[in-house]
Amino acid sequence: MTAWSGFAGLMPLEGYEPPGVESFDLPPLIPGQEWANKYLLQAVVSVVLIMAFWLVMSRKRALVPSKGQFLGESAYMFVRNSIARDTIGHDFKKWVPLLIALFSFVLVNNLWGVFPLTLMPTAAHVGWAYGLAGLVWLIYNGIGIKKFGPIGYLKHATMPPGVPGPMLIIVAPLEFLSNIIVRPATLSLRLFANMFAGHLLVLVFVLGGEYLLLHSEPVFNKVAGVASLIFSLAIFGLEIFVQSLQAYIFTMLTAQYISSATAEEH
Amino acid sequence: MTPLELVGSLGIVGYGLGAIGPGIGVGLIFAAVIEGTARQPEARGAMLSTAFIGFALTEALAIIGIALAFVFGFVGQ
Repeated sequence: MTAWSGFAGLMPLEGYEPPGVESFDLPPLIPGQEWANKYLLQAVVSVVLIMAFWLVMSRKRALVPSKGQFLGESAYMFVRNSIARDTIGHDFKKWVPLLIALFSFVLVNNLWGVFPLTLMPTAAHVGWAYGLAGLVWLIYNGIGIKKFGPIGYLKHATMPPGVPGPMLIIVAPLEFLSNIIVRPATLSLRLFANMFAGHLLVLVFVLGGEYLLLHSEPVFNKVAGVASLIFSLAIFGLEIFVQSLQAYIFTMLTAQYISSATAEEH
Repeated sequence: MTPLELVGSLGIVGYGLGAIGPGIGVGLIFAAVIEGTARQPEARGAMLSTAFIGFALTEALAIIGIALAFVFGFVGQ
């Protein structure tokens, strides 16, 4: 009966600490310096890797590309064509470096969440998401102000064309809220919530499976623990997909905001 | 006697309910994009641009939900 006692009673498991927000507080790597934690190390290593990758890619210029050159060119063409050219329009070329940098940085930092040595996406610490979205906010507002002047940009952003006069009293504050206040918040929180929730999901399956397998007695629990650990591999696969998709969405929305800040009135 | 006492995160229940609308909304947006691409493949680029604007606005509601669930959502001690 002991094999099934755990199942029949569904007793709460003593000694199990479910993963929570505190799983994301990482200790500093240099004792005493609270800012020097694993997130910072991951971000710095990601910048070094990205710079090395793109420098090597831009060096090979054979007319008939090798496999490595083809890979790099495909990655570059993906961001340049489907994100920059299709979204921004005719003067997209000056935005390609920014979009390449953003896409590479967000993608590599997201993928640290499934890399075996780190297993923590950098954006799961909300400050990194805030920083990236704050940069994008400064850029698209700045470029709009540079093109239209401050008052002109405000008019452009809050008063869409074709709205009759009295409706503007309702529409303009809503557009201001939506374009200038809510956009950086949603841009950052979308990235953060996806990384945080995804990593928490992985933690639930792995920690729960490990506890069930090694720290509880009934056989049913141990079998459930093995199943949970095996299923966590499927969750890792889902996480790779979500992380890549979130990097793409972040870059696409940046291009979208830049495009709508500089759109010509027809 | 309290028949039912909720302690913990009511905000997550609220977020779960609040994510129904944006989930359906985003699904509708991209369903329209898929159908439009099936009808006219060369319009795909322009359609995707509009779709992403609409996606950002619709998903904003779900993101506000998860953010406020963390801020205001805890009940009990």
